Amino acid sequence: MILFIYDRTFEGLLTVVFEAYDRKLFPDALFESGEPLPLFYEQLMEVVTVPAKADRVWKGLKKKLSDTGLAFLMSCWLSELPGSDVLLVRYMRKIFDSPESVEFNFGDADVLEISKISKKVSNERERVIQFVRFQKTADEIYFAAVEPLYNVLSLVVPHFKDRYRGQKWLLYDVRRGYGYYYDLKEVIEVHFGEDTHRLISGRLSGELLAEDEKQYQRLWKEYFKSITIRERLNPKLHRQHMPPRFWKYLPEKY
Amino acid sequence: MCGIVLGCMEERILEKLKILAESAKYDVSCASSGTSRRNGSQGLGNTSGWGICHSFTEDGRCVSLLKIMLTNYCMYDCAYCINRRSNDLRRATFSVMELVTLTMEFYRRNYIEGLFLSSGVVRNPDYTMERLVRVAKDLRTVYRFNGYIHLKAIPGASAELVREAGLYADRLSVNIEIPTEKNLQLLAPDKNYRSVFTPMHYIQQGVLESREDRKKFRSAPRFAPAGQSTQMIVGATSETDKEILSLSSALYQRPTLKRVYYSGFVPVNAYDKRLPVLKQPPLVRENRLYQADWLMRFYQFEVHEIVDDSYPNLELEIDPKLAWALRHPEKFPVDVNRADYELILRVPGIGVKSANLIVSSRRYGKVGIYQLKKMGIVLKKARYFITTHEFPLQTVNELSPEYVRKVLTRSSRTQKAADDRQLKLPFEDTLHDTLYLR
Repeated sequence: MILFIYDRTFEGLLTVVFEAYDRKLFPDALFESGEPLPLFYEQLMEVVTVPAKADRVWKGLKKKLSDTGLAFLMSCWLSELPGSDVLLVRYMRKIFDSPESVEFNFGDADVLEISKISKKVSNERERVIQFVRFQKTADEIYFAAVEPLYNVLSLVVPHFKDRYRGQKWLLYDVRRGYGYYYDLKEVIEVHFGEDTHRLISGRLSGELLAEDEKQYQRLWKEYFKSITIRERLNPKLHRQHMPPRFWKYLPEKY
Repeated sequence: MCGIVLGCMEERILEKLKILAESAKYDVSCASSGTSRRNGSQGLGNTSGWGICHSFTEDGRCVSLLKIMLTNYCMYDCAYCINRRSNDLRRATFSVMELVTLTMEFYRRNYIEGLFLSSGVVRNPDYTMERLVRVAKDLRTVYRFNGYIHLKAIPGASAELVREAGLYADRLSVNIEIPTEKNLQLLAPDKNYRSVFTPMHYIQQGVLESREDRKKFRSAPRFAPAGQSTQMIVGATSETDKEILSLSSALYQRPTLKRVYYSGFVPVNAYDKRLPVLKQPPLVRENRLYQADWLMRFYQFEVHEIVDDSYPNLELEIDPKLAWALRHPEKFPVDVNRADYELILRVPGIGVKSANLIVSSRRYGKVGIYQLKKMGIVLKKARYFITTHEFPLQTVNELSPEYVRKVLTRSSRTQKAADDRQLKLPFEDTLHDTLYLR
């Protein structure tokens, strides 16, 4: 087994591909430095991330892949699923080695797997767009906490930026500890320090909220109750469409 | 905006919201799809081409729009409707301002995609329609709201008002409610098909004219860009599925009708002797109708292939596509590596997505059972209807449609109940099950 060690960044992964071609040596598994390695392996390569090398690989990919293909690749990376990195290396190798495009050959296990993972990621993006609930704070910032399964926050920003152009908003990924803040002009990435981080349970306490926030939450909650047709209750379908992991941030399900 | 919803006002608004949501909930449409609109520099909101559901009720339906009535006072007395004049229920009316504020504030918090506004008919159709239009107009012009707006066109409303509504709304709809005019007259003596189809016609005209204008001038205003939709109640009257689906099919031939919704009849006015007595809404039938609807819209089926004089109703036990396949074993098996896309689409267990996957993958090499399984095809069903280059499967022709039906309906009902203390011997159909795809 051939192992590569890299820094678990996307640039790092592209550098891995570069080094692999350079040495004609392709990894069977990827690790981050410091991670425990398997007991037996043939060869170990430590890859140092070099932006220029990564850039060359990315340019190569751009030549070989359609925009959809590139988006698939990116979202597969954002899935952060174990093993998705080595899958991506295999996929990129197939892309580079084949004279014609293989990105729509879903008979190939790796191509199909990539498309399935990116489908999962785009579903999660969709769900974040669906289930984000903003709370208006006393200083007129609309705040929402999310904990998506995959790292999709960057993918939802364009949607919210276009939609809520006239209001300040802050979207925060509680699990990964970063977020995006829109200040009526542009979107910036923000990190809260350790102490404020603990304050964020997602639901803001009363004194931080705008005066009318609780009232609208209540109105929404009551609306949600009234719109249900009791003769047709179907809790299974309800949970399937709206997974319980989102419930703690939904006023209608508090 | 003066904090109208604050303090003591809040309780009143809350009451109204409850009453008018209760009154609106039996309308099934909640789509927010079909329009793309980007936000202007000052405005609030946009619409993406596909709809977004922001919540789901406990009956599993999507909540995309703030579905609400302007008022539930109504001068009509339709037997199937909860808001009929003769019902003794709490009535309320929203002011334009209250509705606008609610919509804006819910939208800002990402609760909704927009507004779906309907109304009981008060005084006369035009008076009611005018007030609906006012809400949409204020949202669009005064508050620059770019979210989705779906308005009901009131049966009997004048052409001018429907025209004006189309300028502000993304979608307009008029509900047919009852699939034949005879029965509509029986249950809703105040309505007839003319009063329903006339506004539908106005909408169609408006959309087509605006499309023409926009070819000439790009700045010409859009008219109900998401087209129109309608709804039929299923199970309140005696119509067969054939009558219902034929009407839908005829409606889909029209250029602007995007969706027909089917609403399983919920007996809201049980005292009315003209209505059937049901233990619960006909949910399975409703589901089968939607499946048939999908076959017409996305699977290139004609209505007479799904239901005809010898089969006027959809089977409840199996889905309409499987039912069609079992009635037409001569069309199968389909070779997934050679057949046209249209034929692959007709195989039970293969949907639009998987059909596309198959067609795009087979250019690179033969597609076998293993790949089909990976692509997410329901082989449990599909295997009786396909061949590949591999070892031939026993298809519906060798096994007979009756046998395939038995296997497919039995598995869903009794599989779980099978006693696992009992040793299973591979006879007859169990033999068949174990031989393949393990």
